[in-house]
Amino acid sequence: MKPSLRIFNLCLGLAASGAGETVHSVGNIFSPQATPAESVYHLSLLVVTVCAAIFFTVAGLLTFTIVRFRRKADDGREPAQVYGSNRIEIAWTVIPILIVLVLTMATARVVIAIQNKQAPKDALQVTVIGHQWWWEIRYPDLGLVTANELHVPVSTVGEPAVTFLKLQSADVAHSFWVPQLSGKTDLIPNRTNSMWIDPRQEGTFLGNCAEYCGMQHANMLLRVIVQSPADFHKWAVAQKLDASDDSHIAPARATFLSLSCVNCHTVSGTAAAGTFGPDLSHVMGRETLGSGVIPNTPENLRAWVKDPQVIKPGNLMPNMQLNTRELDAVAAYLSSLK
Amino acid sequence: MPSKLHEWIVTVDHKRLGIMYIATSLFFFAVAGILAALMRAQLAFPNGKLLPPQVFNRLFTVHGTTMVFLVGMPFFAGLANYLVPLMIGARDMAFPRLNAFGYWMFLFGGLLLYFSYVAAEGLAGHGTAPDVGWFAYAPLTERAFSRGTSTDYWILSIILSGIGSTASAINVIATVISMRCKGMTLARMPLFVWLMLVVSAMVVVALPPLTAAQIMLLLDRYLGAHFFDTQAGGSALLWQHFFWLFGHPEVYILMLPGFACASEIIPVFSRKPIFGRAAMIGATVSIGILAVGVWAHHMFAVGLSSSSNIFFVTSTMLVGVPTGIKIFNWLGTMYGGKLRFDTPMLFCVAFLFQFLIAGLTGVMMAAAPFDWQLTDSYFVVAHFHYVLLGGLLFTLFGAIYYWFPKATGRMLSETLGKWHFWLLVIGFHMTFDTLHFAGILGMPRRIYTYAAGRGWENLNLLASIGVIFQAAGVACLIWNIIRSLRKGALAGNDPWDAWTLEWATPSPPPEYNFAIEPEVRSSRPLWDLKHPEDPDWKYE
Repeated sequence: MKPSLRIFNLCLGLAASGAGETVHSVGNIFSPQATPAESVYHLSLLVVTVCAAIFFTVAGLLTFTIVRFRRKADDGREPAQVYGSNRIEIAWTVIPILIVLVLTMATARVVIAIQNKQAPKDALQVTVIGHQWWWEIRYPDLGLVTANELHVPVSTVGEPAVTFLKLQSADVAHSFWVPQLSGKTDLIPNRTNSMWIDPRQEGTFLGNCAEYCGMQHANMLLRVIVQSPADFHKWAVAQKLDASDDSHIAPARATFLSLSCVNCHTVSGTAAAGTFGPDLSHVMGRETLGSGVIPNTPENLRAWVKDPQVIKPGNLMPNMQLNTRELDAVAAYLSSLK
Repeated sequence: MPSKLHEWIVTVDHKRLGIMYIATSLFFFAVAGILAALMRAQLAFPNGKLLPPQVFNRLFTVHGTTMVFLVGMPFFAGLANYLVPLMIGARDMAFPRLNAFGYWMFLFGGLLLYFSYVAAEGLAGHGTAPDVGWFAYAPLTERAFSRGTSTDYWILSIILSGIGSTASAINVIATVISMRCKGMTLARMPLFVWLMLVVSAMVVVALPPLTAAQIMLLLDRYLGAHFFDTQAGGSALLWQHFFWLFGHPEVYILMLPGFACASEIIPVFSRKPIFGRAAMIGATVSIGILAVGVWAHHMFAVGLSSSSNIFFVTSTMLVGVPTGIKIFNWLGTMYGGKLRFDTPMLFCVAFLFQFLIAGLTGVMMAAAPFDWQLTDSYFVVAHFHYVLLGGLLFTLFGAIYYWFPKATGRMLSETLGKWHFWLLVIGFHMTFDTLHFAGILGMPRRIYTYAAGRGWENLNLLASIGVIFQAAGVACLIWNIIRSLRKGALAGNDPWDAWTLEWATPSPPPEYNFAIEPEVRSSRPLWDLKHPEDPDWKYE
């Protein structure tokens, strides 16, 4: 990290994200952890430097003028009436044009480098589908479906790993933004956008939906979980298995399958095959519920099933009016879906 | 009293209509300010529980819509109405009745928007004001996602007030072209009038795409058309193109009247003519032309091709050049002058610093990859509040202090003016300087709540405290106006020793403006009158 940036971060009262820290909760765009965010960061240093130079020059001249030409005493005489100066005016037209030229070319390079990158053959392909107000995440090559928490392998010098995201929307416009990994790309219905990331540090990176998408836009939160290749592989293998069908839990499972949960949610290997809500096959493997609104604990899970409208008002999962027995069964069954 | 009220309601006098426009827009400004204060109260602390999400979403939608369509545009219309005929030595606008029509359309359009708080149906039930954001991205506005009538209120109120704006713009163009007094060639017109002419032309060009898109949206909603209905194969991006084809010129439509005021106030308080008059006019016209070719810089993140993005990077950066020329010319005007820092000039000086920053953060966002990070974050919120509050509103406040004596015959209090100025400066910077950093730390805009621990708490608290100072500043202005209307010092014809024709009439001017049609020989007719030994026309 550049010294100037460290000072900037200190001013904001932030510790620079150090090693060993697992959750990168502050999405500082000046603390990039993947190539796209870093390219933007380098460009932004150039642009900010040029802008700061312009600011100090012009603001300095303004301040000088204000101090120097302040009317001291009213002697009733007007100052010299100057109407303009072609030479000066040409200078302050040409210099900005040159600055614009430089900035435009520097910008174009970065646009092309980020936007036109071809996916390497071994890139991990992921499809992210925005819903009001959660993220559906599919790994077509691995045959996996999950939600709200995107798992990707870490990229190292020895073992570079690029993840390409195909972005789509099931309803309205959303935007995928994890500031430390990359800039935003919108998810727009009837359209497929793409972006890529190659995170260089393990841990959880927080992000948000960045395009207003209705009532619970604020709680359409996003996590990218960056793992070592071995951990990622382990995770993927576990996700691929059918949901647990532990015989201890058979009665609870039967209750769950008898309720209308199954119309919206999928649990692999069962009759539950709904697609309106997040896939629940391995829901206990996720860190949060409700697209990041609460931590995934057994108590929170039960509270969510009881009445999701209290926790995330307006979300599309209704209060199912379950009685205590049903609620206990559903909570117990979901808790078994490791 | 009833006859007095009746006189105002049926008036076609450009000065009365101008005052009505400005008074109404100040009223809407106060309302929108209250909405903003509520939002800041909610966001002052993490996990704010003051407002439920649907209420918050209506607040930012109605706040944005009000500030753009019911404060910015009518304030411009009011200034143009009041000042353009006076400055060009005319007795009224070209079409006085069209003028009145425009005002009433704007007023009822505005009231219709607020009526939705009582009457509209929406997802959240009865009394749902629009909650789709002021740029109302499709397909969130389609029936599937916006049931009921709240979005229709948004559409219809803007179409109505848009008819008013168009009428007023056509009127300004016709007036400037055909009503100038003897000797007032285009080259000698005050810069204010020039800028109003360009703004009016931009209104005529930029509003139709918005109106067209809104009518298409109505067709989608009620007659089963599928322009933006993605579920039936429509295009969400089509709406964005239409909207920003209006929306970006709109930024300059809002901003140029601010430039116009600064271009009158700064020379008078520097005691020098505007530096590089021809370049100022040229820069204004080129801003007007370039402004219609930059719209997709609002859409860098929607996945346009890299070549489209680079085109819009270039065109957007280019707008910086004429804008820079303007700042330099104001600086050149002040340089070597004898600067008087009365309240109007204070506001203009603060405007210069703040608009400089606003322009530079604009350059940052013109760099598309940087914009991928900054767009739709609090950085962009801070940026456009720097433009519209730090830039536009400061010059409009300067304009109030400058022309209030002309319109009412009484001076505003300088003491209260300085309180207004300094409270507003402190509050403005507390709120909006900090919000840039919230955006840099990843805070998206339009969220009704946020969790603790993401680095946003202190910044948001500071931003919310700043609102108190801003509100106190605006309260000083309101008190100043009420107080000065009754017992302000008498202004006389020309309190600032200025040079344009409006200062040659009594304050307030009689209904016919000028007893005898004036004749001018330069762009500063009153300078010529006051300095017969060294008139401007010698140098033309």
